[in-house]
Amino acid sequence: MEAAVAAAFREEWGQVVATLIRVTGDWDLAEECAQDAFAQALDRWRRDGVPRRPGAWLTTTARNRALDVLRREAVGAQKLREAAVLARDEGPYDPDDEDDSGVRDDRLRLIFTCCHPALPIEARVALTLRTLAGLTTPEIARAFLVPEATMAQRLVRAKRKIRNAGIPYRVPPAHLLPERTTGVLGVVYLLFNEGYAATSGADLVRTNLCAEAIRLARVLARLMPDEPEVLGLLALLVLHDARRDTRVDAAGELVTLEDQDRTAWDRAAIDEGAALLETALRRGRVGPYQIQAAIAACHTTAATAEETDWADIAALYGELARFVPSAVVRLNRAVAVGMSEGEEAGLALVEELEQEGDLSGYHLLPATRADLLRRMGRAHEAAEGYARALELVENDAERRFLEKRLAECRSA
Amino acid sequence: MKYVLFICTPVGGEELSPEEIAKDPRFTSYIDEMRGSGVVKGGARLRPSTDATTVRVQGDEVLLSDGPFVESKEYVAGFDIIEVADLDEALGIASRHPAALGGGSVEVRPVWE
Repeated sequence: MEAAVAAAFREEWGQVVATLIRVTGDWDLAEECAQDAFAQALDRWRRDGVPRRPGAWLTTTARNRALDVLRREAVGAQKLREAAVLARDEGPYDPDDEDDSGVRDDRLRLIFTCCHPALPIEARVALTLRTLAGLTTPEIARAFLVPEATMAQRLVRAKRKIRNAGIPYRVPPAHLLPERTTGVLGVVYLLFNEGYAATSGADLVRTNLCAEAIRLARVLARLMPDEPEVLGLLALLVLHDARRDTRVDAAGELVTLEDQDRTAWDRAAIDEGAALLETALRRGRVGPYQIQAAIAACHTTAATAEETDWADIAALYGELARFVPSAVVRLNRAVAVGMSEGEEAGLALVEELEQEGDLSGYHLLPATRADLLRRMGRAHEAAEGYARALELVENDAERRFLEKRLAECRSA
Repeated sequence: MKYVLFICTPVGGEELSPEEIAKDPRFTSYIDEMRGSGVVKGGARLRPSTDATTVRVQGDEVLLSDGPFVESKEYVAGFDIIEVADLDEALGIASRHPAALGGGSVEVRPVWE
């Protein structure tokens, strides 16, 4: 029974909270009553069996609880009116009522509100994890390496701003939708990257963020099936995740894409990602996530590192740079050009970036130069690049990798 | 909900009088739109910050200083009080304000009610 409730929690938490926020307008009450409903489920389902539609059961139970609370607190006329509205809002739970389209809308409302650009980005991420994914405050705090009190405060402030600044609880109207959808996708992508950057076993809470991000992307893809960028993001995350276990060896050391054990990549995930990308591209509206997914697919569908189609990847990065005019994208293109047209051509692009200076504090700029020089057999100059990259690197696994390369070049 | 839009413009930028604003094509269409929708409940164009005097009281001493309460690169050149459904509507109005389009900024603050 614990397993059934746990499964229902993962599936239904966001939906129950989202509906409760709509009917009560009170975020804290919504969370409290959702928690209550799940606690009750443990008892009642054990006795009566799991209901046919657990989500509807949980929503009704949580709503009744909210109604009780509001009735008890209803001292003024205003509160009484609120309670009356809440009671009227939806009829009693009917197991034969299969129309759940309203419930689906609630989850979209919730995610668009959590990711509203008037909230600071850290708050958007935290709020999405708390209200939509159902992570607890201590779990989120651990995942972002901040004290629990700091995270609790962040969530309180965000909810307060939603209320006081009048951030609407809704799916944005058509003229705001493209921009706001991009914002939502950005939050999910950030969430995934936080988890993906974690490499060691001790970072397990952080690697869970990848799973949460993929789950959220799946929900979005179900709710917005006509948005190719939503599918593109899901494809990208699934393709990255397919390689996750091979990026680090048994000793916790970083393994480059070139040296990863391709037989250990998750074939089913790669197929799913490729199929998602194909569906997205058929819509004929290409965007940055679809392009990045296409790049990931170039890597994951190459049987060996040597068979990687670097010319294709270089062209895709060129395309991506049109959407995202960032120096990091151009650095990635330089790597691909170095692999497809030769190191000299890649080096020329790296030097362009060095002169512009936008990436002067970014360790991967000197590391890329060093890698190109290493491949050209210019070990002495490569060592200089690795040494410079080591001055800038922050992540321990990357540091150890650069140190290894530096030692190799010095002894060459 | 009520919001106050603080219209901030760069120090040293152009200073248009209310009469000049009323004739400036960049402003007139915005003003007409606002008047038509009836969301503006009040507001004012303020004299430049060089005309400001700031009062502070320390103990029983009144300290006067010439200029605005904080020296910064932007100053409050005016404000509007608007009443709209939610923050998105307020942000929409703020983002169409000619000052926001002309290198200034608009701070949107909910009224504490």
